[in-house]
Amino acid sequence: MTYSGDRLLLSSQREGQESRFRGWVLVVVPLLALLFQVYVPLFFQFLGFLEMPLLVVLYFAIMRRTQISGLMIGALVGLAQDSLSKNPLGMFGIDKTLVGYFAASVGMKIDVENGMVRLLLCFLFYAFHQFFYWVMARALLSQQVALDLPRTAALGLLNAIVGVALFAFLDKLRERA
Amino acid sequence: MESLLNRYRNITVLLLVIMAQLVLLAVSAKNDQDVRMIRVWTVTAVTPLARIIEGVRGGGSGFLHNYVLLHDTSAENKKLQAEVDKLRLENTFLKNELNTAERAKALQVFQAHSPSKMLGATIFGIGAGSNAKVVLADRGTVNGVQRGMAVVTPDGIVGKVVAAYPMASQVQLITDPEFAAGVMTKGGARGTLKGQGTPQCRIDYVPFEDKVDVGEWVYTSGDDRIFPRGFAVGQVRSVRAAQPFKEVMVEPSGLQRGLEDVLIIVEGVHQDIPDTPPGLQPVYLAPPPPGAAPNSVQPVQPGNPGGTEADRLESAYKALGQAQGHDFGDNRPGEKPPDYTKLGQPAAPPAPKADGAVPPATGAPPKNPPPDAVRRSNQAGGGPGGQVP
Repeated sequence: MTYSGDRLLLSSQREGQESRFRGWVLVVVPLLALLFQVYVPLFFQFLGFLEMPLLVVLYFAIMRRTQISGLMIGALVGLAQDSLSKNPLGMFGIDKTLVGYFAASVGMKIDVENGMVRLLLCFLFYAFHQFFYWVMARALLSQQVALDLPRTAALGLLNAIVGVALFAFLDKLRERA
Repeated sequence: MESLLNRYRNITVLLLVIMAQLVLLAVSAKNDQDVRMIRVWTVTAVTPLARIIEGVRGGGSGFLHNYVLLHDTSAENKKLQAEVDKLRLENTFLKNELNTAERAKALQVFQAHSPSKMLGATIFGIGAGSNAKVVLADRGTVNGVQRGMAVVTPDGIVGKVVAAYPMASQVQLITDPEFAAGVMTKGGARGTLKGQGTPQCRIDYVPFEDKVDVGEWVYTSGDDRIFPRGFAVGQVRSVRAAQPFKEVMVEPSGLQRGLEDVLIIVEGVHQDIPDTPPGLQPVYLAPPPPGAAPNSVQPVQPGNPGGTEADRLESAYKALGQAQGHDFGDNRPGEKPPDYTKLGQPAAPPAPKADGAVPPATGAPPKNPPPDAVRRSNQAGGGPGGQVP
């Protein structure tokens, strides 16, 4: 399977085939992401801005290129994140479910091997993730949560940069055809 | 169905997963008042629907209820209206009864204090004929009513009996165009009262030189041998000078309060023309209740020497008349009036009563009518308020 760095849209069904990962990768990587999310900021508070579970969900969703797989990964990771947070169960679950679904949908259409595409997708889905969480917090929990757009954009950019690096690392864990 | 699910499998799964997490979120989440969000959402979701349903139900029920109530109100309104009508009828009936009682009392008082012998009668019908002013009274020949007898009320003359039947009599009202009666004023002007078929009557044959004023009272003169002298007829409403007789219009006073109960003069006695019109005559004061204060005004009884000068004079006249065998108020035809010239002299033995003489109504008026009779007729002629104390 070859990927062209000049084309963003997939030209054939063959180009859009899903990437395969080993089973332990699908379990360990999300767990590590969750562990990073809850553990690393205890020692490195400045890394608290990283949304590692989101990046992991995004990666698996766009790379597996199946919507059900993406939404299931998002739902499981989100619920796990909810379980580890003070949020009610379902807030991150719903949020990441939608992210996984839409990311998989995007991954079916465009070439997600491109670095810039990954950077852009990470930024956009981070913004979507934050915005949708804000909407649900206000609509479902009646919480008066503020949405700081500049800060969200800045953090989105940082997460996108980290995401591109993370995706490159995770590409190593893919099974080769 | 299966192909449909396969076609939309992804979105279906997405919705199911989200729904499941929503349920999870609702179960796990609590609001700031420690109420689970599933309750809040359920209540929030159900409340508008319930309010809509309740609004529809309440509106419909209210509409039906109000409609039913309106229907009941309409029926109740009709019922109340019928009750009001019934009460109005009862009220009118009671007022009529009261008026009848008052009229009966007035007639009784008038009858008791008039020297003429009268017979009470009730008008129960109106004679046929568009122009004829004729009524029917419930007294007839079996009661002693004869054709030509005068019919009066305490307010004035009403008419005369033109036909007497065994159980009823026909009375020609003074407004009938064929009615005529001799009348006179206090000033001495004489004439003939004639009906016009209108509420007012005309006095004919009043000499041009006689003085008649508007508002002056007119009384019967006794010249017609039907109406005894001294009964009120009415008030002059207009006087127009003409040659050789004046045209005088009179508004009858006997018909002004309606015509239900009348008095038929069976035996008339001439009286003097009253000094005061019926409306200005003394008002009867009933005796005070038992146990009243001693300094309160006590009615003066006839014969009571402690009364006024008029009462003492009345007592003297009455004693003289009784000494001469005269029964006041029960004069028979041809009976000789008491001789009051013997006032102050020793009482003479009672004179025998004359029978078969000319009825007093048809004879000449007495030159000196008894003051007692004059006074009583003056005071009683005005209706209920005309009783002598």
